[in-house]
Amino acid sequence: MLERFNMVNRFSPDADMVLTTVDQAVNLARANSLWYLLMGLACCSIELMQTGGPRADIDRFGSLFRATPRQSDLMIVAGTVTLKMAPRLRLLYDQMAEPKYVIAMGSCANCGGPFDLSYSVLRGVDKIIPVDVYLPGCPPRPEALTEALMKVQEKIKKEKYFLKKE
Amino acid sequence: MDHEKIAAILKSRLGLAVQSMDEMKNNDLMIVVDKKHLISAAGTLKNDPALGFSTLMNHLGVDYGDRMAVIYNLYSPTLGQKVTVKVYLEQDNPEVPSLERAFQGISWYERETYDLFGILFTGHGNLKRLLLPEDWKGHPLRKDYVYPAAYNNIETARIDMMNEMGEAKGPHV
Repeated sequence: MLERFNMVNRFSPDADMVLTTVDQAVNLARANSLWYLLMGLACCSIELMQTGGPRADIDRFGSLFRATPRQSDLMIVAGTVTLKMAPRLRLLYDQMAEPKYVIAMGSCANCGGPFDLSYSVLRGVDKIIPVDVYLPGCPPRPEALTEALMKVQEKIKKEKYFLKKE
Repeated sequence: MDHEKIAAILKSRLGLAVQSMDEMKNNDLMIVVDKKHLISAAGTLKNDPALGFSTLMNHLGVDYGDRMAVIYNLYSPTLGQKVTVKVYLEQDNPEVPSLERAFQGISWYERETYDLFGILFTGHGNLKRLLLPEDWKGHPLRKDYVYPAAYNNIETARIDMMNEMGEAKGPHV
């Protein structure tokens, strides 16, 4: 049957099927289709665009932007979050469907960064939403953001769906 | 045209409205105008054919600690000259007439000055906060501004550190 699709089973060439677990199969699919929310708040969004562009090409990890939180799995907080923006950011996060992941991109999203002593800036996006990966840099290079995405993928691949009854 | 000639014209046209006249470090002319005569002085500066300061380049507020001020930077395309108009205000409840009639584009500038300094512009059509959220308390660029400990139940950290620095360096860190 595999010949019909011009495919070869590299694990055992004589067999027509591959055995795996539900966890692994589902996680593989989810980790390689991480769609992120198209949301740039400050200069980090320039690097975010570069990451989506042809040179860094985040598409090859199955990750592309969606313009609506309803279709997004990953929120990349790219930039400074002001106190005015904070409730809106929380709203966007709440609109995303579970399971959802967050990358805090850049110093501002991590801890306030250069605007640490400002009256209007939220000192760390983890005060309002849970963060999976903290990415330092001001701003981080596209390679760094790709690395952060791979960290999220690693996290997804370790997830379990079936648990033993207690 | 040099400054002395322009200063003479300004004095003759504006008359009593000008409290004092000075040359700033960047060689621009600065006139201090009384609050009561601000609207008429702005009208003269803009519409008088000998002056023609029809372009409003900038508008800002200043907190000196004991008094406040608003500053208007005007430019005259006919003269090729800039002039800085300054109006001093009292520290408590500062109020100044709005120049929306003379320069329409000043609307958002005045909203920003109101937002950050709390200077009231009487006669302004839509004097709401421009940059900060509408439920924000206080005016952050004032020197007596106290940093809030929380906003909408969001804790704003580093307040202790900022207050310590504030005591060491004065209220405006």
